[in-house]
Amino acid sequence: MSFLKFFMRNRSAPVARDRLQVLLAHERALSGRPDLVAVLQQEILAVIAKHIPIDRDKVVVKLDRGSQVSTLEIDIEMPDEALARG
Amino acid sequence: MSKVMVVTSGKGGVGKTTSSASLGAALAQAGQNVVVVDFDVGLRNLDLVMGAERRVVFDLVNVIQGDAKLPQALIRDKRLETLSLLPASQTRDKDALTEEGVGRVIDELRERFDWIVCDSPAGIEKGAMLAMRFADLGVVVTNPEVSSVRDSDRIIGMLDSKTQRAENGDRLEKHLLLTRYDSARAARGEMMKVDDVLEILAIPLLGIVAESPDVLTASNVGSPVTLHNPASAAARAYTDAARRLLGEDVAFSSARPPQRQGFMSRLFGRKAAAA
Repeated sequence: MSFLKFFMRNRSAPVARDRLQVLLAHERALSGRPDLVAVLQQEILAVIAKHIPIDRDKVVVKLDRGSQVSTLEIDIEMPDEALARG
Repeated sequence: MSKVMVVTSGKGGVGKTTSSASLGAALAQAGQNVVVVDFDVGLRNLDLVMGAERRVVFDLVNVIQGDAKLPQALIRDKRLETLSLLPASQTRDKDALTEEGVGRVIDELRERFDWIVCDSPAGIEKGAMLAMRFADLGVVVTNPEVSSVRDSDRIIGMLDSKTQRAENGDRLEKHLLLTRYDSARAARGEMMKVDDVLEILAIPLLGIVAESPDVLTASNVGSPVTLHNPASAAARAYTDAARRLLGEDVAFSSARPPQRQGFMSRLFGRKAAAA
């Protein structure tokens, strides 16, 4: 087992290459509209705020950039009373 | 009482970002609540070194300009709950940083964290000046090499004159972190020794990080070396440095005795380490 480990020990370069490929693909694609996520968030919140009062401090935005698919997650906490009125 | 620590050097490529990530992680591993802030606007890399590059949504500039709230921009480390990252903006220029805005963000970070580690960009321009502006202590990262030592001297002068503490007449602790050190070459007289650099710069020593392949491996996989390979000499050097920052008296000699490795010991030493 330690023999195998000896050869697997320093195979971190492929990891570095893969991480950079994913990152740079995203950065190149977004050049020219760097604040896309900020703009998306603002517009989505504006639409929701038209109907329901929301607390901007209770908004959680998460992004995961993948090589095939990225996910943008926007969690908005909506108090029950706001829903009842809406 | 939270501490703002700037990691700076003047010269580029000496290991500021690696050291910010590793010291931040080591402090967090010691149970402290830590945020590492990237001040290198336009050329951010701390996110990549810490393995959070896929999760960056908002950044320091977004928070300063009010596009995002601070909690939205903070990225919690996946491996270590007490470690967070505040990334720099990749697309703005350094003029997007204002002293008032940075001060506001630092004040807000002080309420949430024990340690605010500011990863300075190279140079002595606005980004570097604002990274050190609100610091309580400075870690000067230096290589045992003439241009690095000279630039470190210049940066030490700026820590003593351009920071808020200096202007208020308060004390600002400065510490030397010697990186990429090769004790064998120093012993052969091919590289300046620790004492040579200490004598020239005349600030207390925080740690000695030997030149090590483990540091490259850790950055390849996006993990601070203290998390990725805690047993490595580099990780132990950063862990010891973090303990010194926390006020412990850690001897230098026990951590890393100067060693001469022969061919056979290298061969067998490596196997022993892998087993």
